[in-house]
Amino acid sequence: MSTHKVRTPRWRLMALAAALFASLWFAATARADDDRAARRVAMLPKYQQECSGCHVAFPPGLLPSASWRRLMGDLARHFGTDASLDAAAAQEIDRWLQTAAGGDRRSRRDPSAPPEDRITRSAWFQREHREIATTTWQRPAVKGPSNCAACHVRAEQGDFNEHAVRIPR
Amino acid sequence: MPLKENLDVNDRSATARILATFLLPATLVSALPAQAVTPTDLLAGYRGAAGIAPAAERGRELFTTTHGREWSCASCHGPSPTQQGRHAGTGKLIAPLAPASNGERFIDAARAEKWFRRNCSDVLSRECTAAEKADVLAWLMTLKP
Repeated sequence: MSTHKVRTPRWRLMALAAALFASLWFAATARADDDRAARRVAMLPKYQQECSGCHVAFPPGLLPSASWRRLMGDLARHFGTDASLDAAAAQEIDRWLQTAAGGDRRSRRDPSAPPEDRITRSAWFQREHREIATTTWQRPAVKGPSNCAACHVRAEQGDFNEHAVRIPR
Repeated sequence: MPLKENLDVNDRSATARILATFLLPATLVSALPAQAVTPTDLLAGYRGAAGIAPAAERGRELFTTTHGREWSCASCHGPSPTQQGRHAGTGKLIAPLAPASNGERFIDAARAEKWFRRNCSDVLSRECTAAEKADVLAWLMTLKP
């Protein structure tokens, strides 16, 4: 009888530990899955083709629809460069962006438009990159926060998982 | 009988109208997306529109100098565009521009026009003339990897 009394708490402890471990593991994989979510949203070929000439084709879910609408409405003055498109291409991309906008968990949590409609000025972006020193951003191979692919080596494939980060020297 | 003849004539012109309205534009549109050309074809087109012979040296100068603004063409494409460039704003790597180094360059007229329009706007605050495009392309075509 006394052995039972000793055993039961141990079983409970082990079950509790297992449950705790499982929940942590699920939370971790759910987060990793979320990071891969961008990859699951199939990119419109036209968007990929037209927008990745100067920068990574940013996952559309990272900006709210109002931001995309403003950006698409003034492509001739796009962050200091002329990124104008013919009307048909602009309309096709705009329509697709409106369906995919704001879909990322970060945007869903805070659907407000970031300052200047820059992904890199979103609160979540700054929080997730807070450990990156200014001098790191300024390295010639990085140049600034909009150059995702400098460190996120699989950014072109829409994979921003932190395990696929290699910061260049 | 004259009536019948008239009808025939009308039928023929109607057929011609239908052809002109639907089939001809369809043929043109279906020919548009590919627009497969060679850099030599494009250069000939710009040269024809310019009415003067292109000069590679003028093209090099236009490409490598600034024109009253912050950037030159070389700011992003690099001073020797047989090599990779790097976007001056975003840092993204840009594939070589010289046709001899990159078979994807200057083989699509609409694409070449789009980039000339945008980039001349960034560098010169205006569109480039056909003569300027011919000069730049002529210079790029002299470059060997």
